[in-house]
Amino acid sequence: MNDHLILRVVGKFLIPYVMLFGLYVQFHGDFGPGGGFQAGAIFACGFVIHTLLFGSRSTEQIVSIGFLRVISALGVLVYAGVGVASLLLGGEFLNYNVLAADPITGQHIGIIVVEFGVGLTVASTITLLLMIFAERGLPS
Amino acid sequence: MMLAHLIDIFLLVFLAVISVALLRIKDLLTAVMIFGIYSLTSASLFMVLAAADVAFTEAAVGAGISIILMLATLAITGREEKIVERKFKLLPLIIVSITGATLLYGIRDLPPFGVASNPAQVHVAPRYIEQSAVETDIPNIVTSVLASYRGFDTLGEVVVIFTAGIGVALLIGRRRRLLTAKEASRHE
Repeated sequence: MNDHLILRVVGKFLIPYVMLFGLYVQFHGDFGPGGGFQAGAIFACGFVIHTLLFGSRSTEQIVSIGFLRVISALGVLVYAGVGVASLLLGGEFLNYNVLAADPITGQHIGIIVVEFGVGLTVASTITLLLMIFAERGLPS
Repeated sequence: MMLAHLIDIFLLVFLAVISVALLRIKDLLTAVMIFGIYSLTSASLFMVLAAADVAFTEAAVGAGISIILMLATLAITGREEKIVERKFKLLPLIIVSITGATLLYGIRDLPPFGVASNPAQVHVAPRYIEQSAVETDIPNIVTSVLASYRGFDTLGEVVVIFTAGIGVALLIGRRRRLLTAKEASRHE
C-alpha cells in the first residue's frame, strides 16, 4: 500500500477519532446505546485501519502480539475480579450492591468496571486475530 | 406509518436479493464485499427495530471487522472458489422441503409480532423496565441487564471471546516463532 497517499493521509486523520468514539461508547454506555463489546469493536477498528494502511509490521510496533494476549486475559480477569471482590465483600458472585456503602453507587462501580473488562478483551482479541491473520499472509 | 412499512419492505427485499446474489457468486472477493453489504443492511434493519445496541455491534463487527478477517484469509488462500460439478440430488431436496414446511407450520403457533402480551414481554421484562432505574440508576436498560442482572451470562460471553482469540493464536499464530527458531538453528 505504498502508493495510496490519499488513503494514508485520510486514514491517519481518521484513526484518532475512531478510537475517541470507541472510548465514548465505552464510558457512555450507561446512558446511551453501546457498552463494552461495541466499544471494543470500534476501538479495534482503529487498529484495523492502521494495519490496512501501514501493514501489520508497523502495527506490531505499536501493540505487540504478546501485549495483546496479556490484555485480552486481563479483561477477563478484571471482569471475574469484580465477581470475586463482591464475594469477598459478603455478597453473591457479581452482586455489585456490596461494592460500595450505597447499593446504587456499587452498581455504578460494578457496571463501569465490568464493561471496561469486556472492552479490553474484545478490543485486544479482535486486534490479535487480525494481526495473526495478517502475519500469516506476509511473504517471509 | 406507510413510510415505515416501505422502509421495512425495502430492507427485507434487499436482504433477500443479497442472499441470492451471495449464493450465486463464484468470485470470493466479491462475495466478501456483498457479505459486508448484507451486514450493513441488517444493521439498518436493527436500527429500524429500535435496537441501537445490536445495530452498533452488527455494523462494527459484521460489516467491518469480520470482512477484514475474511479478506485476510482470502489473501492466504486465493480468491477463486473451487468449481464442483453439481449433480441433482433428490434426498437433500426432500429433507430441505420437509424442514422448511415444518418451520412454516411452526410459524402459525408463534405469538403475533410485537404485541405487549407476548410471553417474552410479560416474564422478566416488566421487572427490568420498572426496577432498573430504581436499583441501578442507569438510564440504558440494555446496559443494566447485560452488565448487572445478567452479569454472569456476559462473563461467559467474554470468556468465549477470549477463548476464541487464544484458540486462533495457538492454531495459526505460531508460524513466525517456528521460522525464527529455524533461522536461529541455521545460523548456528
